[in-house]
Amino acid sequence: MDLNTVWFILVGVLFTGYAMLDGFDLGVGTLHLFVKKDEDRRVFLNAIGPVWDGNEVWLVTGGGALFAAFPVVYATVFSGFYLAFMALLAALIFRAVAIEFRSKETWRWWRTMWDTGFSLGSIVSGLLIGVAMGNILQGIQLDERGEYVGGFWALLNPYALLLGGTTVALFAMHGSIYLVMKTGGDLQARVRRWVNRTIGIFLAFYIILNVATLVYAPHLLEIVRARPWLLVIFVINVLIVLNIPRENHKGNEFRAFLSSCAAMATLMMLFGFTVFPNMVLSMPNPENSLNIYNSASTPKTHFIMLIIALIGVPIVLAYTASIYYIFRGKVKLTPHSY
Amino acid sequence: MDVEILSRIQFAFTVMFHYIYPPLSIGLGVILVIMEAMWLRTGKVRYHNMARYWTRVFGLTFAIGVATGIVMEFEFGTNWATYSRFVGDVFGSALAAEGIFAFFLESGFLAILLFGWNKVGPKMHFFATVMVCLGSHFSAVWIVVANSWMQTPAGFSIEYNGQIMPPGFIPSADQILHSRAVIHDFWAMVFNPSAMDRLSHVIVGCWQAGAFLVISISAFYLLRGRHREFAMTSLKIGLVVAAVASLLQLATGAKSADGVTRNQPAKLAAMEGLFKTQSNAPMGIMGWVDMEKEEVTGLQIPGMLSMLVGNSTDTVVTGLDAFPKEDWPPVQAVFQFYHIMISIGMALIGIAWLGMFLWWRGKLFDLTNPLIRAYYVVLVLAVLGPQIANQTGWFTAEMGRQPWIVYGIMRTSQGLSTVVTANHVLASLIMFAAIYALLFAVFIYLLTRKIQKGPDHEEDSEEMPPSWIALMERRGTRAAS
Ligand code: HDD
Ligand code: HEM
Ligand code: HEM
Repeated sequence: MDLNTVWFILVGVLFTGYAMLDGFDLGVGTLHLFVKKDEDRRVFLNAIGPVWDGNEVWLVTGGGALFAAFPVVYATVFSGFYLAFMALLAALIFRAVAIEFRSKETWRWWRTMWDTGFSLGSIVSGLLIGVAMGNILQGIQLDERGEYVGGFWALLNPYALLLGGTTVALFAMHGSIYLVMKTGGDLQARVRRWVNRTIGIFLAFYIILNVATLVYAPHLLEIVRARPWLLVIFVINVLIVLNIPRENHKGNEFRAFLSSCAAMATLMMLFGFTVFPNMVLSMPNPENSLNIYNSASTPKTHFIMLIIALIGVPIVLAYTASIYYIFRGKVKLTPHSY
Repeated sequence: MDVEILSRIQFAFTVMFHYIYPPLSIGLGVILVIMEAMWLRTGKVRYHNMARYWTRVFGLTFAIGVATGIVMEFEFGTNWATYSRFVGDVFGSALAAEGIFAFFLESGFLAILLFGWNKVGPKMHFFATVMVCLGSHFSAVWIVVANSWMQTPAGFSIEYNGQIMPPGFIPSADQILHSRAVIHDFWAMVFNPSAMDRLSHVIVGCWQAGAFLVISISAFYLLRGRHREFAMTSLKIGLVVAAVASLLQLATGAKSADGVTRNQPAKLAAMEGLFKTQSNAPMGIMGWVDMEKEEVTGLQIPGMLSMLVGNSTDTVVTGLDAFPKEDWPPVQAVFQFYHIMISIGMALIGIAWLGMFLWWRGKLFDLTNPLIRAYYVVLVLAVLGPQIANQTGWFTAEMGRQPWIVYGIMRTSQGLSTVVTANHVLASLIMFAAIYALLFAVFIYLLTRKIQKGPDHEEDSEEMPPSWIALMERRGTRAAS
């Protein structure tokens, strides 16, 4: 395996980590307005309070790794999707500061305002991340220098929006399972019921998405025909998703959560193995696609970054795990909670 | 307005806003470590309450720092795509290292610092505070290294059409799209000529920002006669940090100026408004640059600049006349920003050491004396000093680098995203202006509220887990707080 492939996988791992971790934060945000009682909302916020910031760092580091390992992809996607990324930034800002600001005042309007900011910020973030992935799968119009020339509105096509909706539903499912772990009593009984509903919505989106692929992204079928083992991952993925309601029903919420993480991971694998070795498909001129070779940094940089990753990642994983361990268990509200 | 000017305004605006908060977090981090260490040593409740109070302020600055930082990381790709393609091989690894070594550390242990009071023991909590402080320092390290590489590029070669070019090759406007900088010596990139000078200067500037915030709030309480015990101790801690940092800042700044003279002579000439290459070059204290007549009017010390550069008034200092006009930075702006920073730096030294002197003479808390009260008013306002100096310092460094985005190699106008239109940037600029105005208003409001509410009372009103109380009782200091 060459270093380009290694970095393709590592960038993928970073973004998968982001989806698994910040995915539940965004999911909790998506569901936030569905509880009305102030206390319940505080429980939601404090469920993610200590960890959301660390989770977002997966995105920051993924972005940094993309910049360093595949600068051309970073430059093309970020400048090509300019307005979409600006909207994503606005959403992430509101998500972040709303968590900090909300509980600082008790006025109804103040709390409603930041609750709305938190929830909309989370929904829009999920949506735009999905839309970006949808466009990359479907292919965007690149010129021979690898610059995006399609314009803003072309990004909001039905297929991409469908994948955006799927992502929001996926995060909502993931978030609801996380909430089952973090809540107790009556609130837990309520969020437990949400799990099946969000799974249902996700699966509905997922099925429509696969049908839409036939219509909007026929080139993906070619890839599947050439790589039939992708279907195996697909079947495993569906089985994992179906395992979630089973575990949830049995009251094994931790296992349900692990299944949900595995579902995210298999989805990202499907995505990665489908586009590989391309990173951004160009349609209608596939010869302009950005792949792991024509968009990469030099082997020297890949090597330096590998050393950085080999030193840094084990340390990061070790203390991230201990922090999750310290904050395990149900949320208890104290005067110092949000 | 065109894409270039709009993108520059947007970058400057968003990074200026970002840079209000990290210095406060970095500086407060140091102060929190000191306070918690004193708590662990003495076991006095006062230090515990103090650490808690400043942690709440820290939480506020940190949240906005994070929210605005992510904007910065995206902006390289969104607004400076050609630049990103050109430098990615060199510049990207520093940003990635920042994520792995700094942000994870900071955000992870922050959870314990903010929410861990009842979950871990005091020693573990102290450890987490130290880690947060270290993490925030690390983020300064990598980003300043990256920025310094743009000021004084090193450790790379230029590749044109896939060929490594000989050293000294500078791509022309139409070559730039087919060229990129590739790394050949990682450590030379990290330790580029200006990196360590600028890093030390930036970090000390952060300490000043944190220390003067603590000083200002404490002085406000003392003026009002509120929370006396708390405010007196906080003030002393803040003063010590400020006094040390202010002097260090002079030293690191002088070191930076020395580096600029060697590595970026056009920037130095602009900072001092020196148009003619000359010996016996004067140094301005304050003044106005007359761009028509090409001279500076105002207060000047003759020969001083030559003295500083070469220890003799005979030293010849390079002036702007050595450079073609299109390579000049905006002289007036750079000159003014630089001199504002220096004046503030000197004033902060004076303020901090006056406080030390009063403390030594036992007059620091003599609030019946109107002169001392006047001094306290200065202390309350001094919180703005480091903030303004930090901002004007960056303006000096970054505008002094113009018209280059990578000094001497790539022009700012060449670094833009080719597919982004002026209307797009205008739209995003308006969006950021609106959001940041809201954030700033809320930040000021919440900070004022926190100040008005003040710390909790002297006794152990902050709930403390039994293990912590036991620790203090073992020390036998609980009653004597
Ligand atoms: C690692 C990179 C980096 C870092 C740490 C900073 N900047 Fe910078 N800055 C840039 C990278 C950069 C840049 C991307 O290279 C810009 C955009 C256009 C340009 O010429 O340089 C720039 C431009 C730029 C400008 C516009 C200059 C002009 O157009 O004349 C200002 C005022 C600042 N910056 C100010 C700051 C402040 C207040 C910072 C404090 C945090 C800061 N910069 C940190
Ligand atoms: C253009 C330059 C910059 C970029 C791209 C950038 C990027 C970022 C990002 C992405 C974050 C959020 C990290 C998270 O999610 O936890 C952040 C926060 C932070 N940044 Fe920056 N940053 C820049 C300039 C600076 C400078 C110059 C400093 C210090 C000297 C600095 C210090 C910090 C610190 C300490 C934080 C943590 C939040 C806080 O303490 O307020 N940054 N930055
Ligand atoms: C006391 C006298 C001071 C001197 C002689 C001095 C000198 C300098 C010089 C020469 C630069 C430009 C470096 C470059 O372009 O590479 C600079 C930049 C800067 N200064 Fe100062 N400075 C002083 C005080 C301060 C103070 C009090 C602060 C803030 C509290 C501050 C914050 C900064 C910052 C943030 C920068 C930009 C980063 C950098 O380039 O290092 N300075 N300073």
